[in-house]
Amino acid sequence: MMQDGGMNRLRASALIRHEVGLHARPSVKLTKLAKAFESKIDLGLSPDGPWVDAKSIVKVMATKAPKDSTLYFRAEGSDAEAALDALVTLVNEDFPDGP
Amino acid sequence: MDHRARRTTRRIEGWPAAPGVASGPLMRLAAAAAVARKGGSTAGERQALADALDASRLDLAALVGEMKNEEAQAILSFQIALLEDENLAAPAFALIADGEAADRAWIAGIDPEIAGYEQAVDPYFRARASDLRDLRDRVLRHLAGEVDQAVPAGVIVLADDMPPSVFLATDWRDGGLVLRRGSPSSHVAILARSRGVPMMVGGDVEGLEAGVDAVLDGDAGALIVDPDPVLRAEYDQRLAEKSQARQALASFDGPVLTASGEPVRLMINVTGLAELRDIDPSKVDGIGLMRTEFLFHGRESLPTEDEQYQIYRQMAEWAAGKPVTIRTLDAGGDKPVAGLTQAGEINPFLGVRGVRLSLERLDVFRLQLRALARAAVIGHLKVMIPMVTVPEELDRCRALFRDAVEELRGEGIEAAMPPLGMMVEVPAAALAIEDFDADFFSIGSNDLIQYVMAASRDEPQLADLARPSRAIFHLIGHVVRHADRCGREASLCGDLAGDPSQVAALLDQGLRSLSVAPGALAPVRAAIARYPGRPA
Repeated sequence: MMQDGGMNRLRASALIRHEVGLHARPSVKLTKLAKAFESKIDLGLSPDGPWVDAKSIVKVMATKAPKDSTLYFRAEGSDAEAALDALVTLVNEDFPDGP
Repeated sequence: MDHRARRTTRRIEGWPAAPGVASGPLMRLAAAAAVARKGGSTAGERQALADALDASRLDLAALVGEMKNEEAQAILSFQIALLEDENLAAPAFALIADGEAADRAWIAGIDPEIAGYEQAVDPYFRARASDLRDLRDRVLRHLAGEVDQAVPAGVIVLADDMPPSVFLATDWRDGGLVLRRGSPSSHVAILARSRGVPMMVGGDVEGLEAGVDAVLDGDAGALIVDPDPVLRAEYDQRLAEKSQARQALASFDGPVLTASGEPVRLMINVTGLAELRDIDPSKVDGIGLMRTEFLFHGRESLPTEDEQYQIYRQMAEWAAGKPVTIRTLDAGGDKPVAGLTQAGEINPFLGVRGVRLSLERLDVFRLQLRALARAAVIGHLKVMIPMVTVPEELDRCRALFRDAVEELRGEGIEAAMPPLGMMVEVPAAALAIEDFDADFFSIGSNDLIQYVMAASRDEPQLADLARPSRAIFHLIGHVVRHADRCGREASLCGDLAGDPSQVAALLDQGLRSLSVAPGALAPVRAAIARYPGRPA
């Protein structure tokens, strides 16, 4: 995780291993998790964007991220660090079924 | 012209999307009506769309509660998540603010989103267009004040495409589904396979009348309209066998033995991973035939090496050390693949098909061999070549396979050379079987019968000819004896093996390895158990 420019804007990335990429089920999990945080969270397929709202399933699915692509996150807000930790863990653990 | 008066049997070909047989009257399902709605005030239209979105979300929430199937729940949850995302309807609300009617605004807002998925390179994402169309139509139906069109049990449904939510809201007991569009990798096809609903896609069903009697053959991917009594009886028997098999399979355990105590290897024929989900690998002796054509069907681009590798790898993992026999692409004949097979052949069954096509299209073949060589590291993989006619074809395949293994190792990727066998389905190969350097032999009875008898299996008038005869059993015995002499395995993976009434005749020829459709496991197992031994 690294600090980026302004106050409390953090970045992180994770490699997606899911069999068919960021498909419906993982996208639902990812956006649900992102929505649990107050911070503004963006997702991109390159370190320079373009960025989409990680809380929007419409936008996240539309990235059509294939398997073995790296997901980049940036977050800005009071719980940005926790949000990035949680999202990176979700992707790294291949979107396990939550409790 | 009155179609009903003629009552001739018609066969409509498509792609198999989910196995099984269904029999019943045809029913046509209309897409959501695109009737223009009379627009009201901007505030009124905004409210109408908001209400329709809410009502759609409630429909789906109620549906998801009824679903016990995990796959079904995931698909509906995805649609609910889309509806809850304000980005979905934002373009529509913007258009309404500019004075557009709610329904037109909704269509104009969501259609670019649908088009985005339709243009996706990846077939998974391309298939998601159908989820969005489903949502679009559901909201439109609410805007138009329509209710869902009910589908009674026991009918064969014809439609252009079917939204997953409609599929899930339908009682499919004894029913089946024929789609003009759609692909075997669509959500609805995945659902049909997991729920055991026979389904085909790509059938030209335009002009068929509702109410007409038909049989859907989900194994072959064919719809038989107005079947004659002989065909009808044949399918009724298959239906009865399938339901018995389902009930009986669970109770079987342990090795498959003849009445005299001889072990017989009983394996399954599959087309993909979905079918394996409901099969306990401990109850079968492995996969005797994996038809890779299915991976190439219903898509615009050919599957990549990695896509293929993932599927072969997961099959090997499922089998947990038991053999997984994968047949290289057998396109051509009655199985065209867009962008690959040659169009306009006068007689495709005697044309560039099977290994003949693979050796023409080395770009495609090499990718498949690389994927297989990588998967061979993981489990007990075996690879067989279809339509081998002369020994040189198999020799060329072996050389290409070795090249693929070396190439991969040169790239630092783990690879192995699996046993390389051949399908025995061309009479020339069966007659001169001694000349072939194959690690194992798998007899493909469907093609062998039609080539030996010179009778198409799809021609109803020749049904009496396109059957196993003494000539067929003689050839099978010839191949099996050769395999026994040189200590190699011979098995049979055609429909003949799945026919309980033919099992004794096959065992008489010395065959001790059969591969059948999963639905035939129980009856074939029972037929083997009745077998008293070879006559002296």
